[in-house]
Amino acid sequence: MKRRNEILVSLITLIRKEIKRYLRIWVQTLVPPAVTMSLYFVIFGSLIGPRIGTMDGLDYIQFMIPGLIMMSVITNSYANVVSSFYSVKFQKSIEELLVSPMPNWAILVGFIMGGVSRGVLIGCIVFCVSLFFYPSFTIVNPLLTISVLFLTAILFSLMGFINAIFADSFDDISIIPTFVLTPLIYLGGVFYSINILPDIWRNISMANPMLYVVNTFREGMLGVSDVSIPFALAMIVFFIVMLTSACLFLLHRGVGTRQ
Amino acid sequence: MSQFALEITDLKKTYDSDVVALKGINLSVKEGDFFALLGPNGAGKSSTIGIIASLVTKSAGKVKIFDIDTDKNFPEAKRLLGVVSQEINFNNFEKVFDIVTTQAGFYGIPLKDSKLKTELTLKRLGLWEKRNEQARTLSGGFKRRLMIAKALIHEPKLLILDEPTAGVDIELRREMWEFLKEINAQGTTIILTTHYLEEAEQLCKNIAIIDHGELVENTSMKDLLSRLDVQGFVLDIDQSLDQAPSIPDFPITLEDSTTLNVAIQKDQSINDLFDQLTSLGINVSSMRNESNRLEEMFIEMVKKS
Repeated sequence: MKRRNEILVSLITLIRKEIKRYLRIWVQTLVPPAVTMSLYFVIFGSLIGPRIGTMDGLDYIQFMIPGLIMMSVITNSYANVVSSFYSVKFQKSIEELLVSPMPNWAILVGFIMGGVSRGVLIGCIVFCVSLFFYPSFTIVNPLLTISVLFLTAILFSLMGFINAIFADSFDDISIIPTFVLTPLIYLGGVFYSINILPDIWRNISMANPMLYVVNTFREGMLGVSDVSIPFALAMIVFFIVMLTSACLFLLHRGVGTRQ
Repeated sequence: MSQFALEITDLKKTYDSDVVALKGINLSVKEGDFFALLGPNGAGKSSTIGIIASLVTKSAGKVKIFDIDTDKNFPEAKRLLGVVSQEINFNNFEKVFDIVTTQAGFYGIPLKDSKLKTELTLKRLGLWEKRNEQARTLSGGFKRRLMIAKALIHEPKLLILDEPTAGVDIELRREMWEFLKEINAQGTTIILTTHYLEEAEQLCKNIAIIDHGELVENTSMKDLLSRLDVQGFVLDIDQSLDQAPSIPDFPITLEDSTTLNVAIQKDQSINDLFDQLTSLGINVSSMRNESNRLEEMFIEMVKKS
């Protein structure tokens, strides 16, 4: 019982530290997504959107909202964990955790919860911004929407954690977001339905994991999707389990953390 | 409870780069001891400490902290251990108070208690006035104190300090010596690595010297110093000399016209030297050790190994 309480206290301490970290630098962490997404809504939603017409039978700006929220959640969850965990490695303050009696799983959960909280908070901020441009937006399936929001934040926080474990320089923590995540997100159905693509590109798009995340969220918010929702949810959960196991294994072996 | 605060058995470490840092160290530190672990750079001191603190993974061997096998119950062993690393290892952008309370939280101390403990520890280390400052604004000496505050926040029974006074000015170094002596007197076992051999001589009761991953000495400080065969002394004299005086059995060299260097064997009397200098009309106004006694011994041992 005593040991369980100690672990709980240490976990809460780490989560509090992680949340304080990004709130302390809110101008760098919370404001930019709101500004960037406002620009997307103005340019692609209000200015260009009416000329595009409808997408899957929805106003273009309405179709875009779930995709832009997901884009913000994915990039911010990932960025929070990769930068935070790499920073503690770089500053050697990871030793504060390693010398303490905290188990590896609590260290992992602490960092992931930091990433999830930032991802979800940014998702809520972007949704609030979207209401300025499309006030009549209503969520079709709140339970699915919230579930996908959290599952996505967990999934990309875990990816950020693995990136940070293997990173040896600040370059290493920007390569994956810039050259892998961003292209996959942009080509993953944020701005369009894959039904408008020629067959070959539609089939290639089906191999993009972002497509499943974005479309499952869009199903929750709008009730439209290009993919099978049970399959997409199963894949998200499967990858969360796989990545969690990988993270725990790497922490246990001390890869990137212990000499 | 075990009479040993630390027991290391056949500890080996080979890094991925195939560098063999430890070749099978055996070491015991008694509860309540003030123990010096010395060695030149790259000897294996930090690897040893890293393994004890779980910052480095061992290749083979056993580590017990107060009889708790770290392979079997590392969390319990860690609770008894405090480590002051060689390099600064806190977030420089956080406030002093937050750094220490967070460290307490990682040891499972609830926030309310940790705030109280932090206040006491910071006051004890003269850091209370700096509590709301970002760590990056602290001087090198205060950063060292903050490292010690972090290591002591959970009241460990064994404190390991890896070169705690490196880069610290003399006044602060002596203040830290007094502080370490005080907590040792209160029952905390202390293991110290340092390159200031005067520090080890002043503070430590027992000593181990490690070189090329092997223990080359493990004994009491008193025993080690008693083995010193030759000691060098510097004598300041009243008058100016052109050449060093010749005295049988006492090799003397002239450092400058008013300063003599002399080597005295363990079995020789320093009074004989003074008598003979006086008979030559040379008056000694002051004298001091040529260098730290332990330093001479240390260099000799490391050369041999």
